[in-house]
Amino acid sequence: MTAHPTSPRFKDNARQALDDAQLQKALGNVRVNFIERRAAVAAKLPEFEELRDSARDIKDHVLAHLDLYLERYEEAVTRSGGQVHWARTAAEAREAVLAICRRVGAKTVTKGKSMISEEIALNDAIEAAGMKAVETDLGEYIIQLRHEAPSHIIAPAVHLNATQVESDFRKHHTHLDPARDLSQPTQLLTEARTILREKFLAADVGITGANFLIAETGTSIIVTNEGNGDLTQTLPKVHIVIASIEKVVPTLEDASQILRVLARSATGQEMSVYTTFSTGPRRPGDVDGPEEYHVVLLDNGRSAMLGTEFQDMLRCIRCGACMNHCPVYHAVGGHAYGWVYPGPMGAVLTPTLIGVDKGGHLPNASTFCGRCESVCPVRIPLPKLMRHWREREFERHLSPATVRWGLGFWAFFAKRPKLYRLATGLAMRALARLGRTKGRFASLPFASGWTDHRDFPAPQGATFQDQWKARRNGRTA
Amino acid sequence: MSARADILSNIRRSMGVNGSERPRVATVEERLERAPRGVVVERGRGSKEERLALFVAQAKGALATVVEVESRAEVPAAIAAYLRENNLPARIRRGDDPRLEEMPWADTALEISFGKSDGKDLTAVNHAFAGVAETGTLVMTAGHENPTTLNFLPDYAIAVLDAKDVTGDYEDMWSKLRFAYGKGGMPRVVNWITGPSRSADIEQTMLLGAHGPRSLHVVIVKG
Repeated sequence: MTAHPTSPRFKDNARQALDDAQLQKALGNVRVNFIERRAAVAAKLPEFEELRDSARDIKDHVLAHLDLYLERYEEAVTRSGGQVHWARTAAEAREAVLAICRRVGAKTVTKGKSMISEEIALNDAIEAAGMKAVETDLGEYIIQLRHEAPSHIIAPAVHLNATQVESDFRKHHTHLDPARDLSQPTQLLTEARTILREKFLAADVGITGANFLIAETGTSIIVTNEGNGDLTQTLPKVHIVIASIEKVVPTLEDASQILRVLARSATGQEMSVYTTFSTGPRRPGDVDGPEEYHVVLLDNGRSAMLGTEFQDMLRCIRCGACMNHCPVYHAVGGHAYGWVYPGPMGAVLTPTLIGVDKGGHLPNASTFCGRCESVCPVRIPLPKLMRHWREREFERHLSPATVRWGLGFWAFFAKRPKLYRLATGLAMRALARLGRTKGRFASLPFASGWTDHRDFPAPQGATFQDQWKARRNGRTA
Repeated sequence: MSARADILSNIRRSMGVNGSERPRVATVEERLERAPRGVVVERGRGSKEERLALFVAQAKGALATVVEVESRAEVPAAIAAYLRENNLPARIRRGDDPRLEEMPWADTALEISFGKSDGKDLTAVNHAFAGVAETGTLVMTAGHENPTTLNFLPDYAIAVLDAKDVTGDYEDMWSKLRFAYGKGGMPRVVNWITGPSRSADIEQTMLLGAHGPRSLHVVIVKG
């Protein structure tokens, strides 16, 4: 799975992704669907922008009082008969989950979709302990068969086409008739539904993530469209929730404010199909539901982000809108980012969680076009945070020598405006003269990174500064 | 140090606080007590009739089917008709919700079983706690009256909803729930359900009936 990040090889990953015809075809679905759907549903709610402010303010309020809300949350969980397990690291979280599974003699563990589970590589740990982990979200199930990591935080199999899913199902579901028709996506869905239904009913432990934890009531919330999370947590004897500490919100009202922007930003729905508020285990008189309810609360570096320039990132509600609108994600997909979290949010979070030495390339994979920030439901200034990482990377001498030399060269001129104007003026005139016949260059010294993929247009003469000056003079005259 | 103590002290160190500052504690207590509503969504502010109409439109928009009946006494016949129209066997499973108990099931030919589902039921009926107009969302609460498995395992989920329980927005619904369960008290599970189960995990194409019901039918009792 994802224990070993390939983020340090981002450039190679990206190059491979650009040459992958299947991937490029699948990414076409992201470029269109997510963006149009979100825009349409946001336009239908006049209060949408105001709700984004509200969601941001709620999360900021929580972060400023996080210690106190976590204590109140734990009290409320305990009051309802559940148990909270605190985990400083991924290893502690895995051990907390495994200890519960071992105690109840679990053989099969079903799982709802959880990014924390990916972050702590839980499936590998469950399998290594001799138990069977079964992902039940359709997309997660597909990528589990392929031994892949999710390529998107809410659409884990978005990098695949139906024909690839069909061949995976034929390869793994060998007990079924090889001549069966799987040419339609509905047939694939029906097959997965039938197979997973048996797993749901056989499971001893069900593990889900949490979109929110509510301090007031000790409630955990999951949001799904399939209903797999509900079957995962309702049918087995034990329900384990794994969630990171910043998921807590004060009240049911606060969760409702943020839920209004979550589905709209994520899938472009007015509301997801199933939003489930769970509070403790089965009660006297209940005929179904788990007998035990556990919450594993993970820190894994988040407490150290508080009070730093990266604190804003802890507002993230994992909707995926930033990657849905990111031209870099559109071009290379999620796997190129090389770890659990892709796209702009991943570019900020990954260096925090695995180190800037391993994840430092990701904040560079941005054009700073700002679309991510413009759609973020909790208004995280993602470009600014990526820039902070670039600064840190530069300060720690982690960027390549050519980049450092180039920046030094540029800085020399930038600090000397007269020299800068003279040099650029000369260079532009020279380039304009050289390129005047064709109007473009197929290759240029020091610019192969650009010209390998497209022509460089020849300048039309004067520099921007000259033209600006001329225009201003013209206006005032 | 325990993981708990360590995490809390890390948080406090990062923020330069010790956790016992009076103003911080008071702010938290006050927020939990008062539970402010935040931004109000205008579309949920209509009259009782407008709320019901909005609920129906939004639920249909989420691909649920909806039928309205005048009184509780008409529910069994409406459910029997729905099963006939969909060529389904005249069999349902339900819990022992008193509102369902008092309905004249014996007037129909429906065969009824009770309690949780084992995954083999085609059709089940639960009574909703409330409906929320702004998104056409059903609100179900767990318990033997309306077992949670009945919302998820059958292929055809049927929910009965009293029109008087349709609130404009989520916040009004929480007020209603707090009134019923006491402040800070929660049913074991509250399920918001907006349409039937679906997935778009294969090529972004939306397909109904992923793991939960392929179909969601709402019977609204107006009287």
